[in-house]
Amino acid sequence: MNLAWKNTLLLLIVIVLVIIPFVIQKEAEFAGADSLAEEAISEVNPEYKPWFSALWEPPSGEVESFLFAAQAAIGSGVVCYYLGYLKGRKDREGNRERP
Amino acid sequence: MFSRYAKLILILSLHLILLSLLAPPPAYAMHIMEGFLPLGWAALWFILVLPFWGWGVKSLKAKVSGQPGLKLLLGFAGAFTFVLSALKLPSVTGSCSHPTGVGLGAILFGPAAMSVLGAIVLLFQALLLAHGGLTTLGANTFSMAVVGPLTSYGIYKFLKKTKVPLSFNVFLASALGDLATYVVTSLQLALAFPAPDTGIWGSFAKFISIFAVTQVPLAISEGLLTVVVFNYLFAYNKEELKELAVLQEKGGA
Repeated sequence: MNLAWKNTLLLLIVIVLVIIPFVIQKEAEFAGADSLAEEAISEVNPEYKPWFSALWEPPSGEVESFLFAAQAAIGSGVVCYYLGYLKGRKDREGNRERP
Repeated sequence: MFSRYAKLILILSLHLILLSLLAPPPAYAMHIMEGFLPLGWAALWFILVLPFWGWGVKSLKAKVSGQPGLKLLLGFAGAFTFVLSALKLPSVTGSCSHPTGVGLGAILFGPAAMSVLGAIVLLFQALLLAHGGLTTLGANTFSMAVVGPLTSYGIYKFLKKTKVPLSFNVFLASALGDLATYVVTSLQLALAFPAPDTGIWGSFAKFISIFAVTQVPLAISEGLLTVVVFNYLFAYNKEELKELAVLQEKGGA
């Protein structure tokens, strides 16, 4: 199996893993695990009050998702730039060996 | 005609409905939330993390000064963590969490380097996304950027000596490193919030059922994604992998 096929197959498995929860948990809210942990903390220790709050919070869900998308975009930009750079370098070396 | 109370209740509930529609969704951080560790614990985790930061900066300098070409690979490992920790994926438990992406960097550069890279990602998320937090940065660094990478690195080094195929090794190392992060998160919360009746372990069971179980399918995804990029590195950049002693000098993997 060549590289492209192997990786496509692996990515397909990841996509299936992402879809499965929606199929088997039709009613779920898909809230963050952290907000569930907050609830658990208030169950265990009802008196606990967070003593510090975030210096800045994204003013809306839209702004927050923009920032997350930006984070993913910047990261994958760098990742893909580097992979392209490696492939180009490898191809050049290959050409040099058999002129 | 509505009685006064019925009117009041109606108006109140309308307000509540409107509020719930307008209010932003809760911040979906998978790390310990800002202010959610008592001061003593927050300080303790910072103290425990400090030596790893020192070790990390030293190890990064040593690795990069020897081979300036590795800077790009280092940026790549950092960027991989950056992407993966922005991907909040649904899980079979019906809640969401995100992978950490630190396994790849740990395999490439060792656990010390990741204690710095991971902390940078956590700091970004704490400052800009109200995700995790500044007071909990020590604890979150300890779980995601110290224990996670140490686990991945240890598993990778151990399995490299055996006959386990390279891809499967990378998969296990990164998936278990991811899982270890959330086991530590659960433990940190349990230590700070022992249940009144069942103690630390009772709380630990509760938190681990929230974090770790949710994390299992995500850890598998992280393992697979790490194998995908590792396959590329292996195909196009075998030389640097050998320089970093990720692969044996002779005969490849």
